[in-house]
Amino acid sequence: MSRRAHIVGIGETRYTRWGKIGDVTEHALACQAIQNAVADAGLSLDEVDGLASFADDRNEAVFLAAELGLPRLRFGNMVWMPGGGGGCAAVSNAAMAVETGQADVVVVYRALCQGQFFRFGTGGVDASAPAPPKAPSLQQANSLMLASMGFAMPYGLLMAAAAYALPTRRHMHLYGTTSEQLGRIAVTFREHASRNPRAVMGGRPMTIADHQASPMIADPHRLFDCCLESDGACAVVVTTAERARDLARRPVEILASEQGAPKGYAFGHFTNANIADELYATGGCEELAGRLFGKAGLGPGDVDVAQIYDHFTGCVLLQLEDYGFCERGAGGPFVASGALSWPNGSLPTNTHGGSLSEAYIHGLNHVVEGVRSLRGESTSPVEGAEVCLVTSAACVPSSALLLGRR
Amino acid sequence: MSERFFPDGMPPPLADATTLPFWRAAAEHRLVVQRCTGCGHTRLPPAPVCSECRSAEADWTQVSGRGEVYTYTIVHRPIAAGQQLPYVIAVIALADAGGVRMISNLVGASPDDVAVGMPVELVWEDMSAELAIPRFRPRHV
Repeated sequence: MSRRAHIVGIGETRYTRWGKIGDVTEHALACQAIQNAVADAGLSLDEVDGLASFADDRNEAVFLAAELGLPRLRFGNMVWMPGGGGGCAAVSNAAMAVETGQADVVVVYRALCQGQFFRFGTGGVDASAPAPPKAPSLQQANSLMLASMGFAMPYGLLMAAAAYALPTRRHMHLYGTTSEQLGRIAVTFREHASRNPRAVMGGRPMTIADHQASPMIADPHRLFDCCLESDGACAVVVTTAERARDLARRPVEILASEQGAPKGYAFGHFTNANIADELYATGGCEELAGRLFGKAGLGPGDVDVAQIYDHFTGCVLLQLEDYGFCERGAGGPFVASGALSWPNGSLPTNTHGGSLSEAYIHGLNHVVEGVRSLRGESTSPVEGAEVCLVTSAACVPSSALLLGRR
Repeated sequence: MSERFFPDGMPPPLADATTLPFWRAAAEHRLVVQRCTGCGHTRLPPAPVCSECRSAEADWTQVSGRGEVYTYTIVHRPIAAGQQLPYVIAVIALADAGGVRMISNLVGASPDDVAVGMPVELVWEDMSAELAIPRFRPRHV
């Protein structure tokens, strides 16, 4: 199939702690990442005719296309909803565009400069500011999202660390999952980051004791259960098999992509207390996972390496169960067995260090690492890896990719 | 005015025409859920269409405010100046509301005592003359 979508280039800027990049704008970072990815592919910007992003990216495709001097923009796309659930969906949409001929070369990008806007961890609120002198009163919600948040915000539910503690706490209640098991996830990814020169936390080893001593943010989430807050940008280039044939790098095939949300999910656990009981203590991705594996004719046992969206350790554990790497409820013992560790675990996961230890670029850096792991370029390389699962944020409408090297 | 648990600077509710009746009832210390008049399915937050039978007809039913903790988190970071820490955000499974749950706070309990399954009852916090927020406290049975 000559228009079959492949990823042919990857690019990044420097990654830093949030607020450390103040000398350039966020969209300048997006431009750098796009240029780096296009150069990595051995393509020219003159061939790029599509741009895709997600999570209400502030860096609109039409402006980037003008700044980068693209000869024409045939496809510009933004995935549903804020948050990290849409990273793989943006790649999926780029694949649809090239496979259907809407565009020939689409670059998927994400840039974040939290210091120039607001820190996600604060929910955009300055807790030190005095209350306004006016008496507290009902306010107008001018979007569906804000009307939904209206049933969370008055209770102080504004930060993701608290929102995604809710399904994890329920999982602990149902199955006996422990904080030490969650800590094992954080420690494993930190160890992977120790070999990655791009990782913000590369030089900061962590033990289970360090994890257990880290301050409680929103029980059961300790500080080291929470992802980083970072500045930086990355991008990947998607084109057809035909165009990929004579490019600089070995192309990585998009074997399957899926996106979606279960019935009644809305924005997931952040604002929805009424997720079905059988779905509440999950990442909500089980049905999506079945469709994804079905499309590729593969199963969880075929995955050689995984890049799993790690906004919080608990959400990683829920996804491992959703994607069938272990039984429902068995995520704790599964991670405690060392399954996620490179090189000897059964499922080396987040070989770059993930959002917990490389950088928080809304998980598009997990797609970048997925490509690296199949090119044999990861700093924690899985020998002979042929299939990589990449997921986007769970506990919100999500998406995922199966990438392959044939 | 009621006992106060949270400072004035807490984020106020945001409402649109669909959700406004919930907050109007709250101001009168009535906890209501929306009920489809077509099939009887109850829902919260309110929505313009029933997700089960797709009817747009609905009314509002007052519920007792008794329930139990379905899940929770104990939060150690403030949202508003002067806030007492830590505070408990809980998902409450309401007892007589057709299976509906709501996000709220658990007040009047030591964070160490909070547990899934804990019986709770409604307590109103008057934030101002026009705004009351439904919160929950342990119910001794």
